[in-house]
Amino acid sequence: MRARYLIDRTSRTLLLACAFLTLVVLAAIAVYTFMFALPAIREVGLWHFLFGGVWRPSEDPTVEGLYGILPMIVGSVVVTLGALMVAVPLGIGCAILLAEVAPQRVRQFLRPAVELLVGIPSVVYGLVGLVIVVPLVRRIDGPGLSVAAGIIVLAVMILPTIVSISEDSIRAVPKSHREGALALGATHWQAIWRVLLPSARSGIVASVVLGMGRAIGEAMALIMVLGMTTKIPSSLFSPASTLAGMIAAEAPEASGVHRSALFAMSVVLFLLIIVINGVALVVMRRGNRAQGVG
Amino acid sequence: MTIRPSRSWIVLGLVAVMALSLALVGCGKQLSGSVTVGGSTTVQPLAQALADAFQGKHPDVGITVAGGGTAAGIKGANEGTFDIGAASRELKSSEPALITHLLAKDGIGIITSPGNPITGLTKAQVVDIFKGTITNWKDVGGPNHAIDVFVRESGSGTRAAFQELVMGSENITSSALQQTSSGGIKQAVSGDSYAIGFESLAYVDSSIKALDIDGVSATQENAKDGTYPIVRPLYFLTKEQPTGLVKDFIDFCQSAEGQQVAEDNGYIAVK
Repeated sequence: MRARYLIDRTSRTLLLACAFLTLVVLAAIAVYTFMFALPAIREVGLWHFLFGGVWRPSEDPTVEGLYGILPMIVGSVVVTLGALMVAVPLGIGCAILLAEVAPQRVRQFLRPAVELLVGIPSVVYGLVGLVIVVPLVRRIDGPGLSVAAGIIVLAVMILPTIVSISEDSIRAVPKSHREGALALGATHWQAIWRVLLPSARSGIVASVVLGMGRAIGEAMALIMVLGMTTKIPSSLFSPASTLAGMIAAEAPEASGVHRSALFAMSVVLFLLIIVINGVALVVMRRGNRAQGVG
Repeated sequence: MTIRPSRSWIVLGLVAVMALSLALVGCGKQLSGSVTVGGSTTVQPLAQALADAFQGKHPDVGITVAGGGTAAGIKGANEGTFDIGAASRELKSSEPALITHLLAKDGIGIITSPGNPITGLTKAQVVDIFKGTITNWKDVGGPNHAIDVFVRESGSGTRAAFQELVMGSENITSSALQQTSSGGIKQAVSGDSYAIGFESLAYVDSSIKALDIDGVSATQENAKDGTYPIVRPLYFLTKEQPTGLVKDFIDFCQSAEGQQVAEDNGYIAVK
């Protein structure tokens, strides 16, 4: 009896320690990132840092470096939104097909295929993008390494996340909703569009947010297909760079103010993701409350 | 309590005997131990080839060669992470004062894809292209198409050497596309007929084309006799005057045998 009690207590403490450790790690990352970011922000000035158009780091103390990250912020936002514009309609369409339209046999084959896509490492997406997408874009205009190539590669990367979570949430809509709609004389399409999709809204929004999170934090694949210029892109076919990509590309060789500026960039990325997640949480809560689910 | 000091004396004595015997073995030209080399990715293939040759002669020696870039090489040598740092440019006065050991020289080629009709440029044209005042190939006698300028990321030794030897005080255009390795530049330029970039001549093969500069073709011979203008030194860096195995390895690299290895790998021998 006593042994069982002891085991119970110890396991509880252990689990608590695990949870606490996660928090400590999170806090440590946040604190250190902010700490290392401070010197750059102090030296460059917050305004010039966020809205400066020229990124020209200098490792040589006799030459003053310029640290404006506006081109990278614009790049991150444009590429992420672009990828969402491609992946969201495709992904939700695919989810509807899998949940409602496709026969069992097609689904049995498609669903694992989509799930397999999630597990492919991002370098592989980058490599395939570099070898296939970039030359195709180059045929249209520009050097090929471009916003367009980045959008296509990112869209494919986040598609599986959107498809699988959206499908689950469409499936989770109570059968009675669907049957009720059909019984009232709605066609299948009307039932999907007017009843199933609105009921599954919070899950679909969650899938989009997760996709967005993956897109905005992606570095490797984008370094390979985006071209990494430090200039605000002027068209879909001009190269660009993103916050995450620039950090990954320059961090290994950076020192001094340059390194600190990269940390400051991570802070911006960090805040951007917190804002996105916050907005998504609010949207999801509202959706649930409107339906009386949450 | 009285046992403790005597025990530690025994341990110390044993260590001393072991160290002494190791030193004695070392005297007999039976080199052993390990050396870590790291830094410039331009020097990396050369350092690896030299390490392979050295280890071929002394099988008990382990030499680890890492990359990381010139900046990392300087930092590593200064902080002791690397026994030997590797740099592909001159050190600046603002950087830690390290002892430089000239290893070889390396030409930097201005490269395009083999499909580009241009075969040569003047140094002034190269500067104008990389600073962004010339943006179309037709301005240098080529097809009417925008130039895709490829550069290495800031922090790269090749970029710093290019900046110093070619650009001078001019800044590289912010429209330049960046690649984070010598291999990346090669891959990007070889696939794009309108691209231009810079690359260590040791990396140039049939997939890319090195342009003539001011009428001088970019070959190892021209770089060696000084007619090709864009040549930079490759250094090994140590914090102190090297001793022991580190000294043996550096001596080997600077010997006729080591210099032959450098030449075989496409670098310019300095001895």
